[in-house]
Amino acid sequence: MSTTNLDSSLTDEAVLQASGHDEPDNRMFGFIVFLLSESVIFLSFFVGYIVYKTAATDWLPLGVEGLDVREPAINTVVLVSSSFVIYFAERYLHANNIWGFRIFWLLTMAMGSYFLYGQAVEWSGLEFGITDGLFGGTFYLLTGFHGLHVLTGVLLQLIMLGRSFIPGNYDGGEFGVAATSLFWHFVDVIWIVLFLLIYIWQ
Amino acid sequence: MTNVLVDETSNNLNQPGEPESWRRFFSFSTDHKVIGIQYIVTAFFFFLVGGIFAMVIRGELITPEADLVDRTVYNAMFTLHGTVMLFLWTFPVLSGLANYLVPLMIGARDMAFPRLNAVAFWMVPIFGVVLMGSFLAPGGPSQAGWWAYPPVSLQNPSGALINGQFLWLLAVALSGVSSIMGAVNIVTTIVRMRAPGMTFFKMPIFVWAVMSAQIIQLFGLPALTAGAVMLLFDLSLGTSFFDPLKGGDPILFQHFFWFYSHPAVYVIILPIFGIFSELFPVYARKPLFGYKVVAISSLIIVGLSAVVWVHHMFASGTPGWMRMLFMFSTMLIAVPTGIKVFAWVATIWGGKLRLTSAMLFALGGLIMFVFAGITGIMLAAVPVDIHVNNTYFVVGHFHYVIYGATVMGVYAALYHWFPKMTGRMYNEGLGKLHFVLTFIGANLNFFPMHPLGLEGMPRRVASYDPEFAFWNVIASLGAFLLGISTLPFILNMVGSWIQGEKAPNNPWRAIGIEWLVSSPPSHENFEVLPVVVASPYGYGKSDPLVSNADDLEVAHEHH
Repeated sequence: MSTTNLDSSLTDEAVLQASGHDEPDNRMFGFIVFLLSESVIFLSFFVGYIVYKTAATDWLPLGVEGLDVREPAINTVVLVSSSFVIYFAERYLHANNIWGFRIFWLLTMAMGSYFLYGQAVEWSGLEFGITDGLFGGTFYLLTGFHGLHVLTGVLLQLIMLGRSFIPGNYDGGEFGVAATSLFWHFVDVIWIVLFLLIYIWQ
Repeated sequence: MTNVLVDETSNNLNQPGEPESWRRFFSFSTDHKVIGIQYIVTAFFFFLVGGIFAMVIRGELITPEADLVDRTVYNAMFTLHGTVMLFLWTFPVLSGLANYLVPLMIGARDMAFPRLNAVAFWMVPIFGVVLMGSFLAPGGPSQAGWWAYPPVSLQNPSGALINGQFLWLLAVALSGVSSIMGAVNIVTTIVRMRAPGMTFFKMPIFVWAVMSAQIIQLFGLPALTAGAVMLLFDLSLGTSFFDPLKGGDPILFQHFFWFYSHPAVYVIILPIFGIFSELFPVYARKPLFGYKVVAISSLIIVGLSAVVWVHHMFASGTPGWMRMLFMFSTMLIAVPTGIKVFAWVATIWGGKLRLTSAMLFALGGLIMFVFAGITGIMLAAVPVDIHVNNTYFVVGHFHYVIYGATVMGVYAALYHWFPKMTGRMYNEGLGKLHFVLTFIGANLNFFPMHPLGLEGMPRRVASYDPEFAFWNVIASLGAFLLGISTLPFILNMVGSWIQGEKAPNNPWRAIGIEWLVSSPPSHENFEVLPVVVASPYGYGKSDPLVSNADDLEVAHEHH
């Protein structure tokens, strides 16, 4: 581990880095540590949901027959596909094809926005609210907390897109793009678990 | 190859005013040493605030009748005493010590993310104000105790949206965000910014302990955050997660709460173990006994800490198999902890002891920790725990940990590193007076809680049966003595910082990278990064710790 600083003394640029902080590698390491920690919040919510659902005697509120799976399934396909699209955007950036990056990046944003739109439509059509028992409470808590992460992801993507117009900004890779992309995969994986727990396991 | 020369101009970046100006302590400085001291001083301010709450509590309890304050005020006092002491004193002061010491000890120029570091610190006074602001909220501050169990914490007699419990939850949530920022920063710093040659098994034990503690923050705190969000929704939006009247499950909150808040005890005590491990070798002039085992035992504690939380819930209708399982896992904790205690005793054994204020506090803290460990094992046993559940026995036990070991350990650290942080020597006489008052006061205050608990006095009551009066009077007198004990400390710290004798680089003849640089260290600590060639604690050996000790501070002469 300690060879990091020894190696970095080989180049002038690295000498400056060794003196400083916010090194790209450090930032990525720190961001991964943060995401691992963040995933425990979701894990806690999931465990709470499973405990509630398995212990409940009457899970669904009166007059609610369950959740419609069709629209959320389409939403799921869109969100999961966007993880592949953002991967291609990153590949284009690495190949220094800035317009390829922008087009695929914008496509990811569109798919993320579609997901949020789809969820908003779903929420507005539901006949139960957050106060309708543990079913309503956990549903809005889980989908809402996840939706907040999707929104954060789209906003991060917007910032990274804007920064791609600064000349020479993304030469030699960019931590922000890599981190946003990683965050997006994280949000996707969380959604797959959430979809299985809430929509498939009814 | 290792002579990494730094651009001179990078030395004073982000530094408002003169580097030595006192104003830097009131600025958004990104220097880990400034932030460390900001943490420590802010935390000590809140230590005094929490101490005043404790004085009110003990003032009330000196007589059996509830005659000093209104019962609702009493409830708010013990709630805020616990909350302030944990979230605004213990965590921040330990963050401060870690911030100050870790980069110096591992040979780094700063933390991995200096700006994030500053943001994490400045959140502390903000949530401190939010919590204190709850005195102005309708209905006053939270009265639900520091663990905020529903359904008590869901009561909102004032009906206002912004009530004491709401502000309590907000403050705890902000504290959590600040702690996660700090944990990400410290773990990244330790894993990625160690100096050349500083392998994991050459790190001082304090660094091991801090890293272990921060790993707990990373996996434990999110569980509390999840529980707190759900409690907030119950309180403010009318959901039914924890409200038994609406089909919710209040026990689930206890699981969320203790999944974090028991490991949080190790977040607190591990750095104290680190401080003990640093101080005993210095003042006994002997290498730390069993360095590797002590280092690894911190990680074992991290692992075990994740599987003991239900021992707080033996009386919460917990099924029998769970009680047995968690009794067993809890008792296992005694193994890595015992290893450390034996290692410290073996370190001191036969050593040439120098009883400075720092060493006295470390020894006193160790003695009180062993006492707390014994009552801890008693509490781990299900039958004993159910007998003394919610009595003063529990209060006595954890005050021996939190005051006896933790506060005394923090005092030990502050005396030990005071010359390094300020460049001045403290007054040894005042330091010893401080120790005597603290040690006697703490034992007078917290020992009587054990017989009280065994006799059945419940905690969190403003009035009690007159048969409990004797021990309560002694405890209150001890508490007032503890209140007085802070005066020589404040006098010593402030007075010595202003006009103490100038401190040399290494007043204690200690071995450690932080003692190789000037007191206080320059802005980026090292002009040339140290190249570590020896294991720590090489007392009685002649091996140098770093191969370039004379080059670390060439810059100092340039300035």
